Amino acid sequence: MDMRTLTEAQIEDLRCLAGLIIPASAKYGVPGADDDRIFSDIVGSIARDLGHVRTALGTLRALAGGSFAALDAPRRAAVAATLRAEGGWPVRVLTRIVLLCYYRDDRVMASLGLEARPPFPKGHAVEQGDWSLLDPVRDRAPFWRSVS
Amino acid sequence: MKDKVDVLIIGSGASGAAVAWSLAETRMRILCLEQGDWMKQSDFPSNGRDYEARLFSDYATSPNIRQLPSDYPINDDNSPIKIVNFNAVGGSTVMYTAHYPRLHPSDFRVRSLDGVADDWPIDYATLEPFFAENDRMTGVAGLAGDPAYPPHQLPMPPLPLGKSGAKIGATMNKLGWHWWPSDSAVATTEYGGRAPCINLGHCTPACAQGAKASTDITYWPHAIRAGVELRTNCRVREITTGNDGMATGAVYYDSDGVAQFQPAEVVIMACNGIGTPRLLLHSASGRFPNGLANSSGLVGKNLMLHPWAQVIGYVEDQMDRHGPPLCLWSQEFYETDRSRGFLRGFNFQFVRTANVGNEAVQAEANGVLPWGEAHHDAFRSMVGHRLQISICPEDLPEVHNRVTLDPALTDGHNIPAPKIDYTIGENTNRMLDFAVDRAKDILAAAGARNVCVVRPMLYAGWHLLGTARMGHDPDRSVVNAWGRSHDVKNMFIVDGSIFVTSGGVNPTSTIQALALYIADSIKQRLATLFD
Repeated sequence: MDMRTLTEAQIEDLRCLAGLIIPASAKYGVPGADDDRIFSDIVGSIARDLGHVRTALGTLRALAGGSFAALDAPRRAAVAATLRAEGGWPVRVLTRIVLLCYYRDDRVMASLGLEARPPFPKGHAVEQGDWSLLDPVRDRAPFWRSVS
Repeated sequence: MKDKVDVLIIGSGASGAAVAWSLAETRMRILCLEQGDWMKQSDFPSNGRDYEARLFSDYATSPNIRQLPSDYPINDDNSPIKIVNFNAVGGSTVMYTAHYPRLHPSDFRVRSLDGVADDWPIDYATLEPFFAENDRMTGVAGLAGDPAYPPHQLPMPPLPLGKSGAKIGATMNKLGWHWWPSDSAVATTEYGGRAPCINLGHCTPACAQGAKASTDITYWPHAIRAGVELRTNCRVREITTGNDGMATGAVYYDSDGVAQFQPAEVVIMACNGIGTPRLLLHSASGRFPNGLANSSGLVGKNLMLHPWAQVIGYVEDQMDRHGPPLCLWSQEFYETDRSRGFLRGFNFQFVRTANVGNEAVQAEANGVLPWGEAHHDAFRSMVGHRLQISICPEDLPEVHNRVTLDPALTDGHNIPAPKIDYTIGENTNRMLDFAVDRAKDILAAAGARNVCVVRPMLYAGWHLLGTARMGHDPDRSVVNAWGRSHDVKNMFIVDGSIFVTSGGVNPTSTIQALALYIADSIKQRLATLFD
């Protein structure tokens, strides 16, 4: 895991927050966003947005009054809710990184019934659909506004 | 000094490519300067697993986020809508969603019909043959017979309805409201060497399949084969003028950052509604102290952006999980009905789906996707269940909405960045109130839940219009009825700057038809072009 971009304490808080945003689910058989592989992807994806991520984690630490990861579960949930409500754009950026990394993990994609692959070159099938639905519109008189 | 060319085109996007191709048949020496480079389809995001994340990095729609060497910064702090564009061969057609409606006949006569803004100096009938020519060159998919438009034929059949389109269609029928498959600049069959759409579902940040029409793969190959020279990685600093007030060429920075002077008999601006006024204002001189072609004082003013809104909901039925996002439009509320409390109208666009990662990002940002234990159940009820309605309202010209030169911010060549001052007009806000309510009606009729409204969309300043408007009166317009500057008789503008009003639809089709019409006007007048 590349930890050069954040401090150990920030990494610890980020991992804890990621797992709170998306916890593991036994029901769906998926890991949380704090899973080793997913979290490694998250940490490896923040370089471009490092300033926003640091700001968000700074806000998190301030709201927690210290280490977020060290709080008990109810307090973490309360602090995270405040962060989400009041953290502004930096928290949006951090959350976006967590979500995009989570929803490209092979295990998560499989649980959603999606193939873990890029769109190209295979593409996807889209059914034509029922074009007879358009018949009432075809029967409508032209209604564009004449200017003559 | 470079050899003099007959025609110098600045910008290789939607309009620059079209005008280059059309003028090529004159056998004049034509050169186009483009600040970006050729794109490679193998580099496009949908080739990789990180394709959704790249929308927020090197394929972000905002140049301020992307920050590629070909980009210039834009100070849009004083605007609720951020400017988006793309700088490469093909310009912003590389990064657009290929929704391809035409302006309507009424859009050219808004003063006569509704008593607001101004009429255009040309009309729909004038542009009609150029719309058709552009549809053929671009390769447009769609279905003839739309009662919202004058009759026109499209070269290819429409994009599939899919589950989402059928759901919307049935819902609109229930309401008795118009809907129709969109004209889309997406190949649905083999077309001109382009492969048909295979529903990558990630159209905006460039199409790896090459099914989406961008001018690097439509007009440019033809123009280059016909003898047009396209010089890339060349950023123009200013248009130069002589003692006679005529343009003499342009100074640009080449790929090594060296300033070069390119002389030309004719200069054609095709840099979009931000880039063109930026360059004209930066070309001020003793003879043109307020910027080039700006005796009217209107260069940069009357900026129109289309303040988009989105209304999103989720239905129980399984909708499409992939596919081109745009598939249908509704023009039910396009024409003026004063009883609605506003003038002019808007276009609904029905969006098929979002890919899985961006569905999560948008739903979370819209407050309908929870954090914590409830996340998984909620997300599974959303992904593949989305219906989205995007609203494109007509934005009327207002002189205080403008592009100027930023006093401090510059690009990598020390050229002042454009500064945007923009507010959403009162009429537009009333229109959006109405449109959002009607969109909610549609989603309610479809049985959608978790309905959320995004208004205005932040990064949605795609349509950059009106900043060098056309008209007959030199005191009230920048170019004449065929795109020639009133002040500089050998300079033309062919991009969205010359729009008099914005209409309530995406402008690319009309921008390109205008460029072809101006090229044709030039060809018809070659002997008397500067009179």
